[in-house]
Amino acid sequence: MISVKVKLFAAVRDIVGSEEKILLVPNGSDSGKIIDVLAAEYPQLRRWKPHLRVAVNCEYVSSDHIVHDQDELALIPPVSGG
Amino acid sequence: MINIVSETIDIAEVIASVGDPSAGAIDIFVGTTRNHSSGKEVLSLEYQAYEPMASKMMEELGEEARRRWHVKAVSIVHRIGRVDIGEASVVIAVSTAHRKEAFEACRFLIDTLKKNVPIWKKELFADGEVWAGLQE
Repeated sequence: MISVKVKLFAAVRDIVGSEEKILLVPNGSDSGKIIDVLAAEYPQLRRWKPHLRVAVNCEYVSSDHIVHDQDELALIPPVSGG
Repeated sequence: MINIVSETIDIAEVIASVGDPSAGAIDIFVGTTRNHSSGKEVLSLEYQAYEPMASKMMEELGEEARRRWHVKAVSIVHRIGRVDIGEASVVIAVSTAHRKEAFEACRFLIDTLKKNVPIWKKELFADGEVWAGLQE
């Protein structure tokens, strides 16, 4: 298993009720799997999945990006800055 | 000057920061908070950012503008936290030799920021609050 930190923002932060979560996931997990693991615990996240982008170490990645031990991920809901 | 701040943005200071003796134009974009959304009155707004990533992307956007439009200097300042109606939530300033490049670079910066930079706006209404983004 590997340990990753997942930063949460906006509506997703409100659903989980916390700014970040530390998750233990199997070796070879991809960024899409991270969302599934979190959604298993917080079912309201399921409807967000199609709208979430994932960043690893401050870079957007595709949903099949393999994550590594100690990576910092962020779930990025549709942005609305400006 | 690339910055994320939680106080009022000093617009004059942002403009001054891109001053350059070889520039013939400074273009500025000021985004302000609007008092209505989806036909409802907005009482105030609150911005949240993934700060390390937002700062990094704003730096990269500035570098891209420098390359593509021969920008002399670029500043992007975004506010977070509570912002009252009518206040500046973002200020972008670009200096170039000629005005065409300044307009184009400034437009590229605000359009790309709004699309990709991890910053979120929550609108507070009389009857509740909504994170903007999904509906727009």
